[in-house]
Amino acid sequence: MRKLYMSLSVFVLLALALAACGGAAPAGGNTVTVKETVVVTVEVPAAPAVVAPSGYGETLKAVQARGHLVCGANAQVPGFGYVDSNGNYAGIDVDYCRALAAAVFGDATKVEFRPVTAAERFTALQSGEIDVLSRNTTWSLVRDTELGGNFTATTFYDGQGMMVPVASGMTTLKDLEGGTVCVQTGTTTELNLADVMAAEGVSYTPAVFEDADATFAAYSEGRCDAVTTDKSGLISRRSVLADPAAHIIMDVTMSKEPLGPMVRHGDDQWFDIAQWTVFTLFAGEEFGLTSANVDSKRDSATAPEIRRMLGLEGDLGLKLGLSNDFAYNIIKQVGNYAEIYDRNLGPNTPTYIPRGFNKQYTDGGLLFAPPFR
Amino acid sequence: MTKTAEHILPPVLERSNLLGWMRRNLFGSWTDALLTLIGVWIVYWAASGLLRWALYTAEWKVIVVNARLLMIGQYPIEQVGRLWIWLGFLIFLLGNSLAIWGRGSRIAPALLALPAAMAFIFPFGADPRKWLIAMTVIGLIGWGLGRVKPEALKRSVIAGWVISLPIIILLTYGLSKSEASIVPIVRTNLWGGLLLTFLLTVVGILFSFPIGVLLALGRRSELPAVRWFSVGYIELVRGVPLITILFMAQLMLPLFLPEGWTVDRVVRAMVGITLFSAAYLAENVRGGLQAIPKGQFEAAAALGLSGAQTMIFIILPQALRLVIPILVGQFIALYKDTSLVAIVGLLDLVGIARTVLAQPEFLGLQREVYVFISLIFWTLSYGMSYVSQRLEERLGVGIR
Repeated sequence: MRKLYMSLSVFVLLALALAACGGAAPAGGNTVTVKETVVVTVEVPAAPAVVAPSGYGETLKAVQARGHLVCGANAQVPGFGYVDSNGNYAGIDVDYCRALAAAVFGDATKVEFRPVTAAERFTALQSGEIDVLSRNTTWSLVRDTELGGNFTATTFYDGQGMMVPVASGMTTLKDLEGGTVCVQTGTTTELNLADVMAAEGVSYTPAVFEDADATFAAYSEGRCDAVTTDKSGLISRRSVLADPAAHIIMDVTMSKEPLGPMVRHGDDQWFDIAQWTVFTLFAGEEFGLTSANVDSKRDSATAPEIRRMLGLEGDLGLKLGLSNDFAYNIIKQVGNYAEIYDRNLGPNTPTYIPRGFNKQYTDGGLLFAPPFR
Repeated sequence: MTKTAEHILPPVLERSNLLGWMRRNLFGSWTDALLTLIGVWIVYWAASGLLRWALYTAEWKVIVVNARLLMIGQYPIEQVGRLWIWLGFLIFLLGNSLAIWGRGSRIAPALLALPAAMAFIFPFGADPRKWLIAMTVIGLIGWGLGRVKPEALKRSVIAGWVISLPIIILLTYGLSKSEASIVPIVRTNLWGGLLLTFLLTVVGILFSFPIGVLLALGRRSELPAVRWFSVGYIELVRGVPLITILFMAQLMLPLFLPEGWTVDRVVRAMVGITLFSAAYLAENVRGGLQAIPKGQFEAAAALGLSGAQTMIFIILPQALRLVIPILVGQFIALYKDTSLVAIVGLLDLVGIARTVLAQPEFLGLQREVYVFISLIFWTLSYGMSYVSQRLEERLGVGIR
């Protein structure tokens, strides 16, 4: 017995000693011991890569010095940002980050995804933990100013949608005449619904609930004919229903929720790079450039704008501080906007959302890339 | 050792067959019979529904396909061997320890055979199967060695357990930044699943324990500054929920640190969990300290032991022995509390379960995934509980 106590005491002593010297092992960095109980392990950057870069051109330099892009992503929204069974990130927001990595490094794999929650995303961007935030974030004035970020462009025009059972055969808001709609009370969703239905001249009964869970529980029990919230929200909520395939999201949009990637205030060059990466995806679709045909199109391209965009003429890439073939790399390695959309939210995926506003302006959508000139 | 309650034979029972036993215990009166029937019906109703679901309705493919993700998150597949190596080291030590301190326990080989059994039962790939079988072999070798030379091995096994945490962290994190090295660094954003839960728990337990003991001693100290610091710390930390501490660590800390300083997110969570748990542990340990009679201090003083010697050799061993059940309860709670890190964006077992549920091909399979991770939580919690019971028996808690 005594022997055991002795060894136990030795263990306690060793544990104390370990605590005292801080167990530098966890992050392999230097250890700063504060007071007697608080142990903080600090990773001291080898390169100036971790400094929150905010001056002109500093972000690009920091990213290049680090050797990879750090992208704040979501890991839990089907179609937008999730982790597949091989452990790889996937989704439309994730593919944007790959495109940005392709633009900066010519290699779409040089990106590290950092899952960030809704609460911490802006802090993470401000403190320099991430270089770009691409995590189904709605563009709004406060976020563009007070929260220290700049939205680059809208990559997905989300908006309030309406979900109905497939069996009901309803396809437009007019079909809801006389029906009941489940909606969360006290939200802009409820007000939007009233406005849109009044404008359409449809009479309906709102069934209001205090929180989102109750709203969708009521819908799944069949207590209302339809349920409304943001479309991307409907997608993830539909996944919780007993038979997701039995419900469809109508091709109507009742409010404005523009989602897009966001960068830190203060570095205009990085902002331009992030923004023109989006425009390259748009223009790729507009000009019919896909990951499959971009090689042959590059060899045969005669249109001056395509030649400039792909870096055959002029020095557009160099003006951004990138290589001149940045757009070619994006299209070749990640694809154009339509490819990304179809891969993640297209008709052949379980997370199908009709493109709605997310079509080229030539098809009546809102996607519009400024000229590459 | 005196005779304990276990050594006194129970009175001889009336011998009877199953039918007689049933008549006496289940159908003694008409109310008993009614209760028995209702009970059987409820059990049948619940169990048959559950079994029918588990065997026919449930789509376990989501678990099979995502097994690696749930176990180790996005840890690079070519580096997985490093994790198996430290797991093998732990299992070897476990085999040793079972043989040395298990008093000829017969469950040891069965326990050690578990990995190999899993390799045959579950549809794993070739690599995990080989590793799992290797785990059993290593464990049995450790067990055999422990049985042959229990006394000689004692010290080295204890030393092995003490250095196991540094080994685990070193192998998991890696040594060198260069890709060419044998153990390149695997950044913590790739740690996930059970691996992350396990590391958060182990680090939380091992670091909060000494800090908690120090705080408990500090609270009883005669030095006012030390006492007030301990009291202030304990009361402050116990006054806030763990989730707020984690939020502070993830959201506020980056804003306070000077530019260019970042503290790794996983380390932040580890520190938060450790500091939180230490405050509770301190009070548990203080309960044990208060149960030690004054005579022990006086006897130690009479022997000429210094204050520190008294604490380390006389008081703490007794006090800690008294509070083993409550400490283990605290550790189990800590283990399950680690799942809160999912809310601050870390992909622990619960966080990774939520990402698995976001995979388009497995939408709507919440039940399967949550049942699976509940099973993992239960298995490890019960394991801890079992070890603590054995430890109590061994140290004679509640008998002496």
